[in-house]
Amino acid sequence: MAAPPYAQELVERAWAVLGTVADPEIPVISVVDLGIVRSIEADAAGVAVAVTPTYAACPATEVIARDISEALAMAGIAARLTTRLSPPWTTDWITPAGRARLREFGIAPPGAVDRSAGQVVHLVPRGARMQQTPPCPQCGSASTELLSQFASTACKALYRCLDCREPFDYFKPL
Amino acid sequence: MTPHIEYLLRLGDSSLVLGQRLSEWTGHGPVLEEDIALTNIALDLIGQARLLLTHAGRLEGAGRDEDALAYFRDARAFRNVTLAELPNSGIERGRTQSACYAFTVVRNLLFCAWQAETWAALADSADGELAAIAAKSAKETAYHLRHAGDWVVRLGDGTDTSRARAQRALDALLPYCNELFAGDAVDAAVHAAGIGPRAADLEAPWRARVVPVIEEATLAMPAASRFVSTGKSGLHSEHLEYVLAEMQSLARAHPGARW
Repeated sequence: MAAPPYAQELVERAWAVLGTVADPEIPVISVVDLGIVRSIEADAAGVAVAVTPTYAACPATEVIARDISEALAMAGIAARLTTRLSPPWTTDWITPAGRARLREFGIAPPGAVDRSAGQVVHLVPRGARMQQTPPCPQCGSASTELLSQFASTACKALYRCLDCREPFDYFKPL
Repeated sequence: MTPHIEYLLRLGDSSLVLGQRLSEWTGHGPVLEEDIALTNIALDLIGQARLLLTHAGRLEGAGRDEDALAYFRDARAFRNVTLAELPNSGIERGRTQSACYAFTVVRNLLFCAWQAETWAALADSADGELAAIAAKSAKETAYHLRHAGDWVVRLGDGTDTSRARAQRALDALLPYCNELFAGDAVDAAVHAAGIGPRAADLEAPWRARVVPVIEEATLAMPAASRFVSTGKSGLHSEHLEYVLAEMQSLARAHPGARW
């Protein structure tokens, strides 16, 4: 069955609307740039939106679902939201625009997920603890160090710049 | 209750109870970074529990959601491994009952290494929802494991005091790991149905994760013990009731409350 002629336009409008829905914890980045909107498909009732959670227990998940529904309703689009767990969200899905905005906001964007390591955790010997650290989002220095693997929200680690001496958040690869 | 649901409760309750234990550190961490780290790990574990208990409740089909399972079951109905419920202060008699960081991080190492192997083995589970939850949880567990391992090395290969505490914690906790690998009827049924791994099969890869950390920490692996705790069959230590009393009292005082 052919999709109704307006279906494509409806889906495009829905993507545009979601491009304006901000992440409640990091308001400079939209849910689309965060890579959590997995698909939007037109159906008989309107659109079906599949959203994937970042962290299983992220308290923002429910707020995000509500914000998405409200934004689409305001735009006159009837939407049905589903949660999609598989494949699990990865920081690799954050868009280049999203990464640029994170950096401007003072959060170092995530590096690529190291897939070669698989699920194996290598404990880093002391002395050579950090292989590669993210550059400072404030001054750009490459000389930074890890303070804590866990920071203000589940998705971030805490680093410190050894040049400008400012602490900063790092969106950790997942 | 089917073995499938029993198995989901074993996993979900273990995450929930350790998450609750770790959340006791919130506001009491030894330094601010660790306070935040343990709170984050607690939150991740409770996130795993939410997914697993929701899935178990749907399979059961009796209308119980995650909240009904978490807040309105008594200790005998909980299926968490006993390792998860032990108090942060340790379990030695006659000690002052203040929380012990060495006990906390050694337990996290032993528990999270078991979780890491469990999630990996569940990647091709016949239960597609469980496989998806495992794939999601595996990524978070990798961070928990790194945190725990890092601290065990620091404490073990640290001062005389930190080393003694880490060794005491390891001596006390290792016997509780036997339960993680003990088989029973639920284990056999779940394995036969292709839903989960045989518990005993996880022991060798678990040791391969844990022993190098213990060695790097210059700690001694205690001799094998025959003690097998029975939390996953619902027979718990006296400590679980205290965890549940704190966790469930508000929900039970105001059933059905919304905010």
